[in-house]
Amino acid sequence: MEEEEDLLKEFLIECAEGVGRLDQEFVALEKEAENPNLLASIFRTIHTIKGTCGFLGLPKLESIAHVAENVLAKMRDRKMTVTPERITVLLGAVDVIKEILAHLEETGHEPDKNYDVVRQSLDAVLNGEAPAAGVSHVGAQHVVPLQRPEDEGKAKAEAEGGAADHPTAVGPAKALTASESSIRVDVGLLDKLMNLVGELVLARNQLLQRIRDRDDADSGTAQRMNHITTELQDAVMKTRMQPIRNVWEKLPRLVRDLARASGKDVELVMEGAETELDRTLLEAIKDPLTHIVRNAVDHGIETPDVRTAKGKPAKGTLFLKASHEGSQITIDIVDDGGGIDVERVKRKAVEKGLLTVGAATTLSEREALNLIFHAGLSTAEKVTNVSGRGVGMDVVKTNIEKIGGGVEITSRLGQGTSLKIKIPLTLAIIPALMVTAGGDRFAIPQASLLELVMVDGEAGDRIEVIRGAEVYRLRGALLPVLHLDRILGVDSRPSGRETERAAAAETNIVVLGAAGRSFGLVVDEVNDSEEIVVKALNRQLKGLSVFAGATILGDGRVALILDVMGIAREGKLLHAAEDEAEVKGDEEAVGGAGTERQALLTFAGYGRERFAVPLALVARLEEFAADRIERAAGREVIQYRGDLLPLIRLDHVCAATPPSEHPERLPAVVFSRGRKSVGLLVGRILDIVDATVALYAPPSGRAGVRGSLVIDGVTTDLLDIDHVIESAEPGWIDQAVAA
Amino acid sequence: MDSRKEDRRVSVSSPPGGEERRQATADRRHDQNRQYATFFLDDHFLGVEVRRVQEVLTTQGLTRVPLAPPTVAGLINLRGQIVMAVDLRARLGFPTRTEGTALMNMVVQTLDGPVSLLVDRIGDVIDVRPDLFTPSPETVDERLRAVTEGVYKLKDRLLLALNTEAATQVAVSG
Repeated sequence: MEEEEDLLKEFLIECAEGVGRLDQEFVALEKEAENPNLLASIFRTIHTIKGTCGFLGLPKLESIAHVAENVLAKMRDRKMTVTPERITVLLGAVDVIKEILAHLEETGHEPDKNYDVVRQSLDAVLNGEAPAAGVSHVGAQHVVPLQRPEDEGKAKAEAEGGAADHPTAVGPAKALTASESSIRVDVGLLDKLMNLVGELVLARNQLLQRIRDRDDADSGTAQRMNHITTELQDAVMKTRMQPIRNVWEKLPRLVRDLARASGKDVELVMEGAETELDRTLLEAIKDPLTHIVRNAVDHGIETPDVRTAKGKPAKGTLFLKASHEGSQITIDIVDDGGGIDVERVKRKAVEKGLLTVGAATTLSEREALNLIFHAGLSTAEKVTNVSGRGVGMDVVKTNIEKIGGGVEITSRLGQGTSLKIKIPLTLAIIPALMVTAGGDRFAIPQASLLELVMVDGEAGDRIEVIRGAEVYRLRGALLPVLHLDRILGVDSRPSGRETERAAAAETNIVVLGAAGRSFGLVVDEVNDSEEIVVKALNRQLKGLSVFAGATILGDGRVALILDVMGIAREGKLLHAAEDEAEVKGDEEAVGGAGTERQALLTFAGYGRERFAVPLALVARLEEFAADRIERAAGREVIQYRGDLLPLIRLDHVCAATPPSEHPERLPAVVFSRGRKSVGLLVGRILDIVDATVALYAPPSGRAGVRGSLVIDGVTTDLLDIDHVIESAEPGWIDQAVAA
Repeated sequence: MDSRKEDRRVSVSSPPGGEERRQATADRRHDQNRQYATFFLDDHFLGVEVRRVQEVLTTQGLTRVPLAPPTVAGLINLRGQIVMAVDLRARLGFPTRTEGTALMNMVVQTLDGPVSLLVDRIGDVIDVRPDLFTPSPETVDERLRAVTEGVYKLKDRLLLALNTEAATQVAVSG
């Protein structure tokens, strides 16, 4: 019911814009009867109203809009001329539409009175008869503003000679209507506003810095500006907030379809749908959330007979809850399904060589559960249509961590699984600690900062070493210690800094926490805390997992933002990799920066070749029925999500073996750029692997291939997606970028 | 955009003689002439199609990116937007810049947003006739050939036409 109200509200807002224009457009149409644009615009508005009416169950509105649309269609198709008389009748219809809309906004349902008179005169126009005189008068009378429904109702009642019932009484001093209290704003404009505020924050920081340096008497004004900027920042930030409902509203259908497909009975309960978060974050959690829900229905909740046998209600429950918690949003996803068999997870991990048998036995339950976030571990017994297609929990976790969030899992065998996702409220502006290493400044997001420790050598305090691994005793616990300069490979000891530091015998350790683990990071200097505006790095640099982005400092210089998770990963790699450094050197000569670890999607062609693409570029994995593929403008397309998706066949774009038979189901990898998507038809989707991309140069004549690498002992070609798409759809990327 | 173009002309540091300019005037009669924004790396004369160029800037404060390939010179602040700067010398296999060489930023538009190409010196914007175009000879250094569309045989010198998409690819060299 609530959902329906929401739908109605949205419908009203949408209509208000169109209807507001209608009067004007009709009047203009009278003057330039032949203007096709005007007619088209009017037609569209009426058509939209009609379409949505049927859906919302508004028969009166629908019938008026329907006939009006038919009249307009005739005019548009030049089967009927535009005359003032006809416009008058149409305006009459517009008035009725407005009246019904106003009533809907007021009470949530259509008025009781009937509109047969208007309807009949529209019919008359449609059939080419002269409209009834009385009604045209009604129409002419009723160019009345929407916000005065009481006048309109009265006037109408008079005009119709009291034939109609009086509309429901309307309070004159009503609060703003939904369509008046909210307006639609282009998202691009909001983004621009956000950027401008970001700039303002930077300028403010710069100004404050100067004033602090100078100890200026002007600081009163500066302080005021400081406060106003902060407030403005908050306000603009709020404009970007959207309720999580926008993502959730697609779930009931998804759960229903999944449950039906797998013969289960699942009730979806959602709480806190109004919880708001930044739209970029909303976008970012959409896929992980969908995946978790899919998992819960597909693997978590049991079939009714199994449930009954276990003494549980036949109907499973999936509970979603969103809530604020400080500067964070918490989303709980709880199911009362079978839970996760920790022992099975361990066995699986041992089987896949992720764990030794010995290590498995010492693992705590929590640690063992966290194994499911490990790449390449799927405990699904069988790969079904819906989950278990490779894009697994590891990707969910990575995606959530990418936006500064975290994911926790608890599960009790036989009783269900509960996932807790924590994400920050907003991404755009975050507090950060500035540190220096190797002469460069870096920003560390405050959210991952636990504490600052100064190791004072003279006081007998020191960092100790266990077989190359540095540790620090922090309140009795051993804290692993990493050196930022070593991780980044920046020279930290220019011009006697070392001696200076040795003399001071002081070491700064920034204690950081990520995903339940903590470690210390040694930096040369700890500087101020600052509010920083997070900016994205060029896509080519996104492979550098140690950076989360960049920002502009008060002095106008760029500083990189550290990705704490990335630093932790890089740090762990360091020890293992030190011995291999020599070996790796050779590969680097070919691969350049390509020796970074990357998540790759692997798939097979139709022959024996194997291909891979960076997972980051993949929008979705699909499977299309061969008989649904159509041809349009000389290329293959498929109807997909209400649009036409151009399809590219792997064997057409790079020298792959063509298929020897014609399979009925065609797996596809969908790539998106901007608003455009394209599907690449492949032989078989294989896996998602985390591989070191050490490329061997492609053999000549292999267009569309960036190079080859070895994944799990199999030579795999890394596709050059831009090239592949460009060769099949020339100009596609240019268009997509322009869009 | 127009005013920016003006800026670019103004910002030109010692244009290399009037020959190109005369030629440009003569070429304008042809329909399909292409406009190139030119620059120098050592004594090599290179050009980027004008429609790809966003703006030209003098030396900017560069923030190096640790762990990035050497072709990434760093990041610059372009009026609040963070832009990757590509060391074109490294990218094209030229010897490392000597101290004291001027460092200009030619900001070009790519699929991944604007990217700055670090060059020695900026030249004129010139018109070139399509019939002067030829693919790069095979003897040219592979690294250079991979990022050029070809060569325009101008009257007194050769113009290497840079492929901006290829030139700004730094993740995988070659």
